[in-house]
Amino acid sequence: MRSTANPKLMLMILSAVFAFLYIPISVLFALSFNEGGLPTAWTGFSVKWYGELFRNGDIMGAALNTLIVAVISTILATILGTLLAIGVETRRRKGHFLETIIFAPMIIPDIVLAIALLSFFSLLNFTMGLHTIIVSHVVFNLAFVCSVVRARLKTFDWSIVEASTDLGAPMPVTLWRVVLPVMMPAVIAGALLAFTLSLDEFIIAFFTAGAGRDSITLPMQIFAMIRFGVTPEINALAAIVMTVSVIILALSQRLNRGRLPGQ
Amino acid sequence: MTDRKPLYLMTPALVWLTAFMVVPCLLILALGFFRRGIYGGIEYTFTMENIALVFDPLYAGIFLKSAWIAGLSASIAVVIGYAAAYAIAAASPRRQATLLFFAVLPFWSNYLVRTYAWIVMLNREGLVAGIAAWLGYEGELPKMLYTESAVVIGLVYNYLPFVILACYAPLSRLNPEIAEASRDLGGGGWTTFRRVILPMTVPGIATGFVFVFVLSIGNFVTPALLGGGQFQMIGNLVYAQFLTANDWPFGAALSMFLIAIMMGLLTLQTFATERASGARREE
Repeated sequence: MRSTANPKLMLMILSAVFAFLYIPISVLFALSFNEGGLPTAWTGFSVKWYGELFRNGDIMGAALNTLIVAVISTILATILGTLLAIGVETRRRKGHFLETIIFAPMIIPDIVLAIALLSFFSLLNFTMGLHTIIVSHVVFNLAFVCSVVRARLKTFDWSIVEASTDLGAPMPVTLWRVVLPVMMPAVIAGALLAFTLSLDEFIIAFFTAGAGRDSITLPMQIFAMIRFGVTPEINALAAIVMTVSVIILALSQRLNRGRLPGQ
Repeated sequence: MTDRKPLYLMTPALVWLTAFMVVPCLLILALGFFRRGIYGGIEYTFTMENIALVFDPLYAGIFLKSAWIAGLSASIAVVIGYAAAYAIAAASPRRQATLLFFAVLPFWSNYLVRTYAWIVMLNREGLVAGIAAWLGYEGELPKMLYTESAVVIGLVYNYLPFVILACYAPLSRLNPEIAEASRDLGGGGWTTFRRVILPMTVPGIATGFVFVFVLSIGNFVTPALLGGGQFQMIGNLVYAQFLTANDWPFGAALSMFLIAIMMGLLTLQTFATERASGARREE
C-alpha cells in the first residue's frame, strides 16, 4: 500500500477531508464564545452564553429529563445486554434467527422503530412520557451493550469457569465472582456507549414522548430551537452536548482496548 | 455448560426485544393493510388501498426524489471516504490508528448538533457567505441553506466517518506485494489501482454505500433542518402521517417499503461481499 501512494497527494486528501470534518464543528465552538453572539463579527471572548443556558428553565428541565432517561435505560440495558451476551456466547448451537433478532435493533431505521413503538403504545392505551422513552431506548441500547460484551467474550478463557464449577461454585456464583470481574471493562465500555447513545437519541424519543411538555428531552429541545435559526444559546448548548459525548466515548474507547465502539 | 442455562440468561433481553421491537414491527406490518378511520383512527377492515397509494404518482415521485438524494449522497460519501481511507491506509502504522480515531470521532457526537453546524456554515450570515464577502464577492450569493444541495452536504458530512471506516477495513488488509506484482508485470499506477486494488476493496465500498443510502432515504431530520421543509423525503412523509396527517395505515405502508428497500440493499451488499471473498479464494 505505502509504496503505491504518492505522499503529497495523500497529504492533500487527508488535509481536505479533515478540514471538511472539523471546520464546521470548530466554527460552532468558536461562535459559542463570541460575546456579541453574532456569526458575522468577533466582538470578544465571553462565556456569557453558557451562563445564559443555565438560567434557561426549559433547557435545564430538558437536560434533567435526558439524564433520567439515559441513566435508567443504561442500567437496564447493561444488565439485559450483558446477560444476553453471556447466554449467546455459552450456547453451543448458533441460531441464525437469534442473531437476526439481536442484530436488528442496530440496523432498523430509527424512524421505523419510532413509529412502530408509537403505534404499539397508543394501541395499548399506554400513557406516554419519560417511561416510554426509557423502555424504547433499552431496545437499541441492550443490543449495543451485547455486541461490545460479546466481542470481548470471544477471547474469554472459559477454563476459569470450568475451574470454578469443578471447585463447587454454583453457576450464579461463578458468573458473579469469576466471569463478571474479568468482563468488567467491556461491560463498562458498553454501558458508556449506551449512555451516550441515549443522551443523543432524538427520533425515537420524539415519537414516544407523548404530548406533554414535561417529557421533552434535550435533543427534542435542541431540534425545536434549531428550527428557528441560529442563536448564541444553541451554539453554547451544542458545544457542551458535543464535548460530553466525545469525553464519554473516549473513556469507553480506553476501556475497550483502544477501539471505538463499532470499529 | 448445558444448553439450558444460557437460555435463562438470555430470556429477559429476548422478552424485552420481542415485546418492544418484534411485536411493534409486526403491528406496523398489519397496520398497513387496514383502513383509515373517518376521524383519523383505524378501521379494522382489510384493504390494499394504502399499498396502492404508495405507487400513486405523487408519492412515487417523493420515493424517487428521496432515492435520488440518498444515491447522490452515498456516491459522494463513497468517493471522499474511499480517498480518505486510502490515504489513511498509506500512512505509517502508528499514524493510522490516530488518523482513524479522529476520522471517526465526529460520528459519535450528536447528530442534531452536527447538522446544526451546517446551518451555521451555510446561512446568509454564515461562514461561507463571510468568506465570499472577504474575498471581495459583492453580488447576491445563491441561496445555500434550505436547498437540496444543503441536504446532500449534511448527509455526506454526517455519514462520511462510517464510509471511511468501512473502506479502511479492506484497504488495510491488502497485501502490498499484490500491488508490487502488478507493477512488476508492467501495470501503471492507475491500472494497478483500477484492476487490482479497487476490485479487492469492493466489499468496503458496498458496505459504505448501502449504509449511507439506507440511513439517508429514511432520514427526516436533515431534510427538515437543512432542506427547511422546502421538499419532502419519505422520512418526512412518514413523520407527517403519524404526527400531523393522522393517517397511520398509510404511514405504516410507507415504512414497509422503506424496510423492503433496506433489506433488498443489505442482501445485495452481502452478495457483493461474498462474491469478492469468493474471487479472492480463487486467486
